[in-house]
Amino acid sequence: MGNIQEKISAFLPEAVFEEGQHLTALVPANKLNALCRFLHDDKDLQFDNLVSLIGMDWGETLGVVYYLNSTQYNHWVILRVETSDKENPLLYTVSDIWKNAELNEREVYDFFGIRFINHPDMRHLFLREDWVGFPFRKDYDADPKINPIPTDNESSNIETVSLREDAEGRVVEEKRMIFKEDDYIVNIGPQHPATHGVLRFQTALDGETIKKIDVHCGYIHRGIEKMWESMTYPQTLHLTDRLDYLSAHNNRHALCMCIEEAMQLEVPQRAVYIRTMMDELMRVSSHLLFFATMCMDLGALTAFFYGFREREKILDIFEDTCGARMTMNYNVIGGVIADIHPDFQRKVKEFIKEMPGRLKEYHEVFSGNVIAQNRLKGVGFLSREDAINYSVTGPSGRGSGWACDVRKRSPYAAYDKVQFDEVLSDEGDSYARYMVRMKEIEQSLHILEQLVDNIPEGDYLAKTKPIIKVPEGRYFKEVEAARGAFGIYLESRGDKYPYRLKVNSPGFNLVGAVDHMTRGSKIADLIAIGGSLDYVVPDIDR
Amino acid sequence: MFDFSVVTHWIDTLLRQWLPEWGALLIEFVLVGVVLLLLYAVIALVLIYAERKVCAFFQCRLGPNRVGPYGIFQSVADMLKILIKELIEIKHIDRFLFNLAPFLVIVSSMLAFGCMPFGKGLIAIDFNIGVFFIMAVSSIGVLGILLAGWSSNNKFTLIGAMRSGAQMISYELSIGLSMLTVVVFAGTMQTSGIIEAQNRGWFLFTGHIPMLIAFIIYLIAGTAETNRGPFDLPEAESELTAGYHTEYSGIHFGFYYLAEYLNLFIVSGIASLLFLGGWMPFHIGGWDAFNQVMDYIPSVIWFFGKTAVVMFIIMWFKWTFPRLRIDQLLHLEWKYLVPIGLVNLILMTLVVMFGWHF
Repeated sequence: MGNIQEKISAFLPEAVFEEGQHLTALVPANKLNALCRFLHDDKDLQFDNLVSLIGMDWGETLGVVYYLNSTQYNHWVILRVETSDKENPLLYTVSDIWKNAELNEREVYDFFGIRFINHPDMRHLFLREDWVGFPFRKDYDADPKINPIPTDNESSNIETVSLREDAEGRVVEEKRMIFKEDDYIVNIGPQHPATHGVLRFQTALDGETIKKIDVHCGYIHRGIEKMWESMTYPQTLHLTDRLDYLSAHNNRHALCMCIEEAMQLEVPQRAVYIRTMMDELMRVSSHLLFFATMCMDLGALTAFFYGFREREKILDIFEDTCGARMTMNYNVIGGVIADIHPDFQRKVKEFIKEMPGRLKEYHEVFSGNVIAQNRLKGVGFLSREDAINYSVTGPSGRGSGWACDVRKRSPYAAYDKVQFDEVLSDEGDSYARYMVRMKEIEQSLHILEQLVDNIPEGDYLAKTKPIIKVPEGRYFKEVEAARGAFGIYLESRGDKYPYRLKVNSPGFNLVGAVDHMTRGSKIADLIAIGGSLDYVVPDIDR
Repeated sequence: MFDFSVVTHWIDTLLRQWLPEWGALLIEFVLVGVVLLLLYAVIALVLIYAERKVCAFFQCRLGPNRVGPYGIFQSVADMLKILIKELIEIKHIDRFLFNLAPFLVIVSSMLAFGCMPFGKGLIAIDFNIGVFFIMAVSSIGVLGILLAGWSSNNKFTLIGAMRSGAQMISYELSIGLSMLTVVVFAGTMQTSGIIEAQNRGWFLFTGHIPMLIAFIIYLIAGTAETNRGPFDLPEAESELTAGYHTEYSGIHFGFYYLAEYLNLFIVSGIASLLFLGGWMPFHIGGWDAFNQVMDYIPSVIWFFGKTAVVMFIIMWFKWTFPRLRIDQLLHLEWKYLVPIGLVNLILMTLVVMFGWHF
């Protein structure tokens, strides 16, 4: 860490260092881009992955927090920029260095009103263009009279604005076209069977070939992060199941761990084991649903039912223990809410025994089929560099050969006690992403096998105070959810409410990469690529 | 074997006794039309039910099982429902073409239906160019699909229609080539003639390797021609919502639905006519006793039985394979099926010329 601090202060003496989870530096806004470029390019640092970009309202100032990670050295640095101009806050973009910043910065503009100079496309991402105010600011007025429910459709504009700095340092607005005037534009979504939810791809077509895709999000944005700010910590947990509902346990696990770490609360081993097993079951069930829906997207309707048939069994296991099949509300701060059902171990063992045969069946029905292979192989190529640059984590990133498994990189829960392989593939196409997921099911079963008979006896829930307060500070915790690294950023001011909770969702970055991956392919490939990325829309619109 | 022409001739002479020739003909036309329409509707209902059951069993489900025993009245209930549904008028469409399109589709399949030999002597029109006629009228269907896609004023339907046009016109080539192979072998285009020629054994067995190749090509192209999976790109629901019939509602949509199933029946029926002997029982040249036993099974059962087998195979395709992409689809047709079909045709002429067949 000392090395990084030296390097940064050598490059930028104005940087102010702060204490925190990782090395934190407060950077002057106009030097940020240069510093980021340096951190990205320097051979000993190689911060090639922008893990999270968080817009903040600190009361006096607005700003952004950047979590940077190096895939090579796995070291971290946190950068912070501030601006005290609340009327017209301007910062500099980093989207030219890390591509995933593009959508993230648009989100920050949407919610905090911070505009980014040199950003190619400064539009709202989630809200309508005519929205008044910036909802995530602390002084936002949520009076429904200011933003009544609109009765008209938002006009479809193919123009956008980009901010430039001219030679004299003045910031000027520059008009840019998203599509050309005579492009044949088709809206895929928001109501479309293959977008797996309400997501809209504005697609410019040349015959059947895709020229460009513009992603529109926000159709089911519920403002969960804003709601969290007025909830006590135990209350915040309930909304995590509604983010990526297919990895509900993992999401909640992340938030629980983040709070527990901040409070330095020891979780009983029994709870740790149960949580790990639940995470893995959730991953298997999510991958089974992935298999089912992807086959359905490609027109193999029979395989769809095969996937669902096995997924039901996992949901039954969840139902026994948690009492629910979708929003389980199982993890709580300090452990899990209830002990496992007496049948849990028997049912898990039965499932582990049954699943390999089923997987073989899947491969016979779908993976081995020549049409399926033609549809997937070589489609939607994503190189390792691009995967890192777009921060495409999870099985999709591993399909491109990026070893990004959080369970391996920074083991949490019981993952350091079990043996499993990180499934990697160098192909980077849709078929690789598909196969990585199928093999991950095997690895998850392997993990479950090692844990199912070794759940330690004891408490399943640590004792906590009736009112949970988190000490002041800035915390970030990642888990490996079914779709990739799911991060929780927590900024606390020592209150019983979080000052800011931000979700760094894997699906958001996946969608950011869709345009890059689909250029020049066919409409049908968009469906195959979307299927193989396996994003879940409530995870994108939080 | 019972010859149905006995019945038809009897009706004909009966009518001619009482009526002038034009009157008799008029009544016969109406009779044939009504019978065919009824058959059309009934076959479609049965097929929809069958497809739902077959697909359910493929997918480890039970399928319809609530309306009537084993759910056999499910498709009747569905038909009633679709009949009382509203025909939604959409703004900014070409109303004339929009309303015309479903009829074109249904008329084309209806016309092809008229040339189907359902049993011995059970055929509405027995042209000397029967097979050619079927081929020609079934091509009208693509016009209905193109018009539907164009007139709906919707980008998805237009893409679906364009796909459909490219697909059906391409695959008609393969169908034509494999039909031509059979015609070369049989020496006639008349449906009754083709069936009679299979008296000593079905073409699939007597026709040697080229006939087998032609059969396989026909099955593939026929599946594509009916817009069914794995060639259901024009209505690929995960890409184009419902393709060319996205904007249709009520019975207009029902027409497309019916026509799809009837086309399935027609394609299978022609397959059984060309390759499996139509209504001709399973005969083996020289085995007279065996052939006689086979003749006891009525010809209608033979025809529908064979058609059902081919239909089952096509359903099997749909519920097993994923969908192709448009370029792969055309690739398959123009780079594989058409050249193979052409070579196969030459091979067949050689086989016929030198008498290498059984």
